[in-house]
Amino acid sequence: MEHLDIPKGQSFGLVGNNGAGKTTFFSILLDLVQPTTGKIISNEVDVNTSEAWKPFTSAFIDESFLIGYLTPEEYFYFIGELRGQNKADVHSLLSQFEDFFHGEILGQKKYLRDLSKGNQKKVGIVASFIGKPEIIVLDEPFANLDPTTQIRLKSIVRDLASNQDVTVLISSHDLMHVTEVCERIVVLEKGDIVKDIETSEETLRELENFFSGSLAN
Amino acid sequence: MFKHFIKLQWKSFIRAAAFKSNLAFSIFLIFIGLYFCATFLMLGVGAYFIIEDLELGDPLTIVNSFMIYYLVADLVMRYMFQKMPVLNIRTLLYQPIKKNDVVKYSLWKTVASFFNIMHAFFFVPFSIVLITQGYDPLGVLGWHLGIFALFYANNFLNVMMNNLDSIFYPLIALMLALAVSQYYGWFDITAFTQPIFQALYEIPWTAILPWALLIGMYLASFSYFRRHMYLDAGLATKQVEAKTEDYAWLNRFGNLGTFLKNDIRLIRRNKRSKTTVIMSVFFLFYGLFFFTQSVETLDHPTWKVFAGIFISGGFLFSFGQYVPSWDSAYYPLMMSQNIKYKEYLNSKWYLMLFATVISTILSVWYIYFGLDTYLAILVGAVYNIGINSYLVLWGGAYIKTPIDLNSNKNAFGDKQAFNAKTMLLTIPKLLLPLGVYMIGHIFIGETAGYVMVALTGVLGYVFKEKVFRIIEKIYKKEKYKTLLAYSQKN
Repeated sequence: MEHLDIPKGQSFGLVGNNGAGKTTFFSILLDLVQPTTGKIISNEVDVNTSEAWKPFTSAFIDESFLIGYLTPEEYFYFIGELRGQNKADVHSLLSQFEDFFHGEILGQKKYLRDLSKGNQKKVGIVASFIGKPEIIVLDEPFANLDPTTQIRLKSIVRDLASNQDVTVLISSHDLMHVTEVCERIVVLEKGDIVKDIETSEETLRELENFFSGSLAN
Repeated sequence: MFKHFIKLQWKSFIRAAAFKSNLAFSIFLIFIGLYFCATFLMLGVGAYFIIEDLELGDPLTIVNSFMIYYLVADLVMRYMFQKMPVLNIRTLLYQPIKKNDVVKYSLWKTVASFFNIMHAFFFVPFSIVLITQGYDPLGVLGWHLGIFALFYANNFLNVMMNNLDSIFYPLIALMLALAVSQYYGWFDITAFTQPIFQALYEIPWTAILPWALLIGMYLASFSYFRRHMYLDAGLATKQVEAKTEDYAWLNRFGNLGTFLKNDIRLIRRNKRSKTTVIMSVFFLFYGLFFFTQSVETLDHPTWKVFAGIFISGGFLFSFGQYVPSWDSAYYPLMMSQNIKYKEYLNSKWYLMLFATVISTILSVWYIYFGLDTYLAILVGAVYNIGINSYLVLWGGAYIKTPIDLNSNKNAFGDKQAFNAKTMLLTIPKLLLPLGVYMIGHIFIGETAGYVMVALTGVLGYVFKEKVFRIIEKIYKKEKYKTLLAYSQKN
């Protein structure tokens, strides 16, 4: 990747085939992996050298972001405490997601490790919204979710995206979801940016053509 | 069919992420094994003559008297150290492989275990000596085969009860109680068990009974495994009803409280951490080796300090050395959140502090052995809090073993603990307090020795901030390697 600029408030979609580097890119963004060359500067903070990006960045990549032996409530409060949110703040945020949780998350007397994968994901995604972060990174949030949840998640992300104070970065294998939700889509292939599109009516077809073409390659 | 399993096994060994350290550790284990074999061999050859010289009585009778303890001790060793035959069964369940074959392979793998073979090094020479000394060959053969069947029965018994802590700990307690009552002459269980083993010699065909037992054990473990080979039976994870625990009283401590809350939940809700707590309780009894004057060389007060450190430091050592590996499953979360390492370390430190204090209070009964004994424990506790707590956290920063909180694999011995840096830190942890004590003892007096160790502990508190900062730097420097190591699920 030569250069990538993501302005504040953008809802940014990252697509690519397996091995393209989407998760690696997010991992570098969160300083979980070191880049061989180059750097990522987030809000004027070099993520590799300073930790000042942590207070305003929030993410959910995979189940290694969940603490299995906590109940969902405890997990939400824990994340809240780390971000300076008290219980009341967390409650008011969670109340917005009652539909999304479909009654399967709160008050269930289950540890996170005993929830289904889809429900675990719901917890992780919602937890990333706690504390009004300025950057939210979600790695393949639509995968493993049931249809109803996917639709609800789409509207949640669209609401987030319309908020100009929040930059949302999403990676996905689902071209349809990502075109409906993101205002800008970048296509990665083997670590390189091969397309950088401002989403329009044509984008879905453009992407489908591209990916069916890469099969032929 | 078994060719496949063996191939899989070999690949899993060679391709393990920790192969290099696995290899080094395996070679080390082989040396230990050879050492044991040599010892057993010498004992096997020499035991007869030693017992005769000591005029304890007929050697075979004596050996048979202690056979029951030997058998139970063998079971205990197996429980703790013998690896269970773990095959990744889930993937094999729906393949065209007969379930019976999978179970058979797993069970027969245990037969080849070192724990079975090593007894041969004692019994074969011993039996040969018996025959050369004029014992009835048929009798000896019967005895030998019978005892052997019993050890193999132990093997399969262990396979079946390997995860049943509820059986294991009472068993140990029972054996200790019997041993103590034998030592003090209250009750001699060997009077009952010795004739049983002796009968194997006197009436050789009774050796059939242990073999029947062995076959029974094999079949029982076979059917046990076979029955549990369904996803919703043995392989399913048990779901416990969860309680959301608040620990509101910790809220006053701010961020420290946040981490303490999680750590308490970690300890209470996970198998592996609970095992650690139980091990720490066992450490409380460590002093019995030293203070009962059972071994004379250990009578010197210096060793009392040594014991004192272990008695109060059980939790400190077994929990502390795995920080931050306890959080390995969600280390990416911890690394990307706004967490001050200092507060994180502090919460672990406070946990160890409480545990050490509680251990010290719980060991009050050691006063029975003398006031200076408890003094050694107190002094050891101060040293633990003041110095060892940081050293243990420091050493843990270099150990990059992912910990599976839900299983007890490797709970009793970790390959990576043989890390050079960690071992280097053992010197100030254990040898320094002994050295300090000896200096005080030799130059001034016994009490002075104790006081000096305690003072060193108090001084160590002064270095708390500094050491925390060092540890923080290590965490940051090793961050990427650690993240990579923790993501290896092996």
